[in-house]
Amino acid sequence: MAFLVLDRVRKEFGGSTAVEDFNLAVEAGEFVSFLGPSGCGKTTTLRMIAGFEKPSVGRISIGGRDITNARPNERNVGMVFQSYALFPNMTVGQNVGFGLKLKKVGREETQSRVNELLELIHMPDKGDSYPHELSGGQQQRVALARALAIRPQVLLLDEPLSALDAKIRDELRIEIRRIQRTLDITTIYVTHDQEEAMALSDRVVVMSRGVMEQVGPPFQIYNYPETRFVASFVGKLNQIPGVVIDSKTVQCGDERLQTTTPIEESPGTAVNVMVRPEELDIGAGEENQLVGVVESVNFLGAIVRVRIARGEQMITADLFNERLLELPEVEEAVTISFPAHACWVMKAN
Amino acid sequence: MTSLTSTSVEGQRPPRSWNWVGILPFLLFSSAFLLGPAIILLVRSLQANEGGWTLGNYRQLIDPQVLEAYGLSVRISIVTAVVGGVFGFLLAWAIIYGGLPRVFRSLLTTFSGVASNFAGVPLAAAFIFTLGRIGMITALFGFFGIDLYDSDFSLYNFWGLTVVYMFFQFPLMVLTITPALEGLKKEWKEASENLGATSWQYWRHVALPVLMPSILGTIILLFGNAFGAHATAYALTGGTLRLATILIGAQISGDVLQNQGLGYAVAMGMVLIMGLSIGLYTILQRRAERWLA
Repeated sequence: MAFLVLDRVRKEFGGSTAVEDFNLAVEAGEFVSFLGPSGCGKTTTLRMIAGFEKPSVGRISIGGRDITNARPNERNVGMVFQSYALFPNMTVGQNVGFGLKLKKVGREETQSRVNELLELIHMPDKGDSYPHELSGGQQQRVALARALAIRPQVLLLDEPLSALDAKIRDELRIEIRRIQRTLDITTIYVTHDQEEAMALSDRVVVMSRGVMEQVGPPFQIYNYPETRFVASFVGKLNQIPGVVIDSKTVQCGDERLQTTTPIEESPGTAVNVMVRPEELDIGAGEENQLVGVVESVNFLGAIVRVRIARGEQMITADLFNERLLELPEVEEAVTISFPAHACWVMKAN
Repeated sequence: MTSLTSTSVEGQRPPRSWNWVGILPFLLFSSAFLLGPAIILLVRSLQANEGGWTLGNYRQLIDPQVLEAYGLSVRISIVTAVVGGVFGFLLAWAIIYGGLPRVFRSLLTTFSGVASNFAGVPLAAAFIFTLGRIGMITALFGFFGIDLYDSDFSLYNFWGLTVVYMFFQFPLMVLTITPALEGLKKEWKEASENLGATSWQYWRHVALPVLMPSILGTIILLFGNAFGAHATAYALTGGTLRLATILIGAQISGDVLQNQGLGYAVAMGMVLIMGLSIGLYTILQRRAERWLA
């Protein structure tokens, strides 16, 4: 049986529905991310698990115990907030030990646990510092240690890295995953950053407008999106309009494109051929080919992003950077190619 | 060297900023009405009434009458600051966390803004008309057979003046502490609940300690507010309650037993106490701002 279960959970604020029929079963020790744009209901769902919001309908259980109506201080879940929420009147050590103090754990045991956690977050000498003396990244580490100090059954992280700069974010992301694996703690992570969700999670829950769009491992979410929203929200995506010819062929302007994924729409239906930018190559290929004119070439370090105009439509190709890469010139007519297995078809809006 | 290089590279000096000119009216005003009078006060407190320099005025500060005046001022200031502080805090807390309708909240805030500045003769008159010997409320109580003045209560003694001072102390606390209460982050409460705290434990371990510099700072502000009050006490008691401010008035402009040098020395003592209060208030506010920013 799953460790954390959300069963048909729904949350309404006034007349509007923030989360609709949310079903999720999380295994013990699993790392699950809720991914979606602002207002998609991911934080509301997390807050329902924490007990800060009460579900309008549905049931939440942890380890078989129904916690739907339990108060936040009775749930034994640890939460890390976007704004750190460290208590400014307490030192780092006091912040980390606060939960244990409330549980009336002995002074020595508390100190030992605080030291252990400060070691875990690589801040053993900061116990006497105050939050305002720490950087944002250090404060978030302390917030993580504080949430872990009470040995929670589930760890909840609400966009914990979004207030940090890119370098610190990358470092802390690795730290969070290391600590989660070390402690083998069931973790729910809320983010709007798809790269973060992909890099950290065992499974990703993609949400939109309060609805769960797709759940699965990052590889599956990225390569086999089940809905148009997932396909366009997770990663970049080219959508080439066309008309179905048969179960494997779409007519796109003057060109015919092939796909190995069977097309469910009947012939004559308006569809879009979906293909990721990194699947495209500049130059003639053996399977699908399109022609266009280079609009721009942007060097982004590891990749070079080429935008190609096909009449009104713009297609993006991400080429992996290498020393021998020959970059196309702006306004140069080029052929784009991609294999049949790289694309799939969705019905046009 | 650096500036020369910089000038030669850019070919022109950075434009001079004239923004500081905006502070000139304030500087002129404070020089004319604060710094200037304070210097005159200091000089005159060191001058004998007959002319010449002396420390005699300061020696008279240990006179029992003067000490009593200071003592009375300090006592009434402490009582009104603490009582006004506590009840003002509770009212502000109720306004913010009591789930009151927004209209009611803005009404209370507006009232506090007006009431905190309502002092002097109008305030004294308002209380005389309501709680004086033949005031409306006194009469109303009398109608029900209760004589307020039968007990030790009098509008014209220490406790009477305390009640009157509360009229502006209480709302001043509300006005000053409300932003601090609003500065408490919702996440602190949620984080403490998440760690197992009850609402009371949150207030005890987090909210009140975080607010304490603001509360203490504001109480000191209230102390200063009451300590410097003159017109209300004088209009109400006619000088029968010998506060430090009333003593100063009597010594500087009184008709009999006038001793201007002593008046200036007492005033300097008040300046010192007020300076200490402002210093403490500033220190506490800095800490509060660091925590509640």
